[in-house]
Amino acid sequence: MNKILALVGNPNCGKTTLFNTLTGSNQYVGNWPGVTVERKIGKLMNYEGYDVMDLPGVYSLSPYTPEEVVTRDYLLENHPGAVINILDASNLERNLYLTTQILEQGYPMVLALNMMDLVHKNGDDLDTQGLADALGCHAIEITASKGQGIKELLDVAIHASDGHVHLKPIRYSNVIEDTLVRIDEICNLPPEHDKRWHLVKIFERDPHELEKANLVPQLKEKLEALICWAEQKEGDDAESLIAAGRYAAIENLLRQYYKRGNKDQTSKISDAIDKVVTNRVLGLPIFFGIMWLMYFVSVSTVGQYTTDGMDAFFKNLGETLRAFLEGAAVSPILTGLAVDGIIGGVGAVLSFVPQIFMLFLFLSFLEDCGYMSRVAFLMDRIFRSFGLSGRSFIPMLIGTGCSVPAIMSARTIENDKDRKLTIMLTPFIPCNAKLPLFALFAAALFPANSWIGPSMYLFGIIMVIVSGFVLKKTRFFNTEAANFVMEMPAYHWPKLKSMWQHTWDRVKGFIIKAGTIIFVASAVLWLLQNFNLQLEMVKPDQSMMADIGRFIAPLFAPLGFGTWQTAFAAIGGFIAKEVIVSTFGILAGVTDPENGGTAMQAVVQSMFTPASGYAFMVFILLASPCIAAIATIRREMGSWRWTLAALGYQTGIAYVIAFVVYQIGSRF
Amino acid sequence: MKTLHDAKIGEPVVVAKVLATGALKRRIVDMGLTKGTRVTVIRVAPLGDPVEISLRNYNLSIRKADAKNILVDG
Repeated sequence: MNKILALVGNPNCGKTTLFNTLTGSNQYVGNWPGVTVERKIGKLMNYEGYDVMDLPGVYSLSPYTPEEVVTRDYLLENHPGAVINILDASNLERNLYLTTQILEQGYPMVLALNMMDLVHKNGDDLDTQGLADALGCHAIEITASKGQGIKELLDVAIHASDGHVHLKPIRYSNVIEDTLVRIDEICNLPPEHDKRWHLVKIFERDPHELEKANLVPQLKEKLEALICWAEQKEGDDAESLIAAGRYAAIENLLRQYYKRGNKDQTSKISDAIDKVVTNRVLGLPIFFGIMWLMYFVSVSTVGQYTTDGMDAFFKNLGETLRAFLEGAAVSPILTGLAVDGIIGGVGAVLSFVPQIFMLFLFLSFLEDCGYMSRVAFLMDRIFRSFGLSGRSFIPMLIGTGCSVPAIMSARTIENDKDRKLTIMLTPFIPCNAKLPLFALFAAALFPANSWIGPSMYLFGIIMVIVSGFVLKKTRFFNTEAANFVMEMPAYHWPKLKSMWQHTWDRVKGFIIKAGTIIFVASAVLWLLQNFNLQLEMVKPDQSMMADIGRFIAPLFAPLGFGTWQTAFAAIGGFIAKEVIVSTFGILAGVTDPENGGTAMQAVVQSMFTPASGYAFMVFILLASPCIAAIATIRREMGSWRWTLAALGYQTGIAYVIAFVVYQIGSRF
Repeated sequence: MKTLHDAKIGEPVVVAKVLATGALKRRIVDMGLTKGTRVTVIRVAPLGDPVEISLRNYNLSIRKADAKNILVDG
């Protein structure tokens, strides 16, 4: 088995860049069960027998955020061969805080001091050797983005993994050190490498550690009395004492080994940018300008052209294949399955790829340069009032184009519950694909009312706000406000390579994961639409889908549209929302639904009253999104239970609201 | 007593005690807002909340409600 080198560090310290440098392209991304926080593993390049583990970026090993839990559990349970602690050398005071915690776990460790170029640029000076000696481990200066110092780093890390380190964890005040000795007498921990870590955690009353220590009641009391004694003596609670002790030790180290010059360029430039982009007057207009630009470029111009192009490409491909298969006398069933089912379904999904790519290139840029933290800073006030995060704005905006990239962009939301809630509510914002339906219904049933179409947006937004407000009160989404103590990193110019990597990782994930689910689902839906129960190929109105439509039609009767055709169309909406309009066309015998405007309107007028039509629009607006979006929700939620809960909620709400709309509407 | 919420923009203050509990408290002290730390509020978000503060050579954004839980001197 390969030895593992674990990469640990703060967010924004260049950890992922280092990981990519170390592993080249030999990596794979794995979602861990339950949480979607990723840890990645890859083979170390140019060295046999070593793997590199990229753990989520954290500020501390406390057990509260999902990132912290993943990183902490990994370190405690999996015993890496060595830990590479990467630090932003231009921000050592906070970065070393995590180091003091890892030191106590006693794994062979080396420090990778990244961003030394910034340190020099600021006129500062770091005595790397002095700092390394004080902590009892090697420290190597690297520039991860340029690959400098990597070989030395690996040499010392591999040497360390053979056990050649004598770490010197930081020391606390005498009172605390005495207390730790006495805690050891009470708990009698085994003399392992991570003993000091456990002692400190017990002193902090960490619930996991107390449970593991499994003390008899008498000893528990003794322990509690001891901790209280130390707290009284030092005049603060244990948790604060330990944190303050760590920071005091770090200040001490930096006084000795870090000399500040007086030209702090980075933070000066950063401050100047912030004076403009988070300005009380200009901040919001600039934000909306950037959002408009992102939307305009990736969704409405470049995105739209390329998506249309891809669409045409797949239509052509399908027709070419059909001609070829028919020429080769392949059975029409197989031809239909391949062309209409699979190429049609998968093509509909792949045509989103250019849009997704553009969008993520933008988002990577905003994330990498540091603006994303400012987005949260600017929008937090509004979104918090209905239970979402400041960063929820971006998915909602992108959702007006397509829910698929919108749901994926929710990744930039740090808090897991806020992210899940955002994913759940984003599909309420009407996407591009629903517009033809709204336009058709508005023209057919409400020719005099121009507000019917736009009212769908209002409906969607209100549902997001109300749902956020209500769901946040439930135990599933109820979190403490803790997560908004957020770093505002200094701006820096993003590296093209890492932006590309970021974007490609996400696009690839979409193509592979969503693609496989959609491949199967398209084939199944095609079968249902074209076959009867005896598996004979039939007209749509005799197909299994029509049977299902007839079966569930009574369910829709209270909403005003209890015919099998509407049920059939609604199910067709699973494939893609565009399909609903063409389904009405096919069912009504309109051969060219795109140009049969008046004929289509007549069909709609014959099937719906204004009340039931509006109820149908509301139902389609809110109910479960298309397969592509469902597959994306599944991927981003990391669990089927959450996915089904989201779909159930959306469809349930859609049913209730459509019911209310129809019942009220039909009284006028 | 004075809290971080009461500090004026640009006025340096020193952390005296963190009153929050649980995950919030942990996060606050982990990010370096420990007793004796010098903090300055540098700006308020356009909508009035949250605020951006500067400490230990970096910047942090924190909600006003949470800033009320941090007692300061100065």
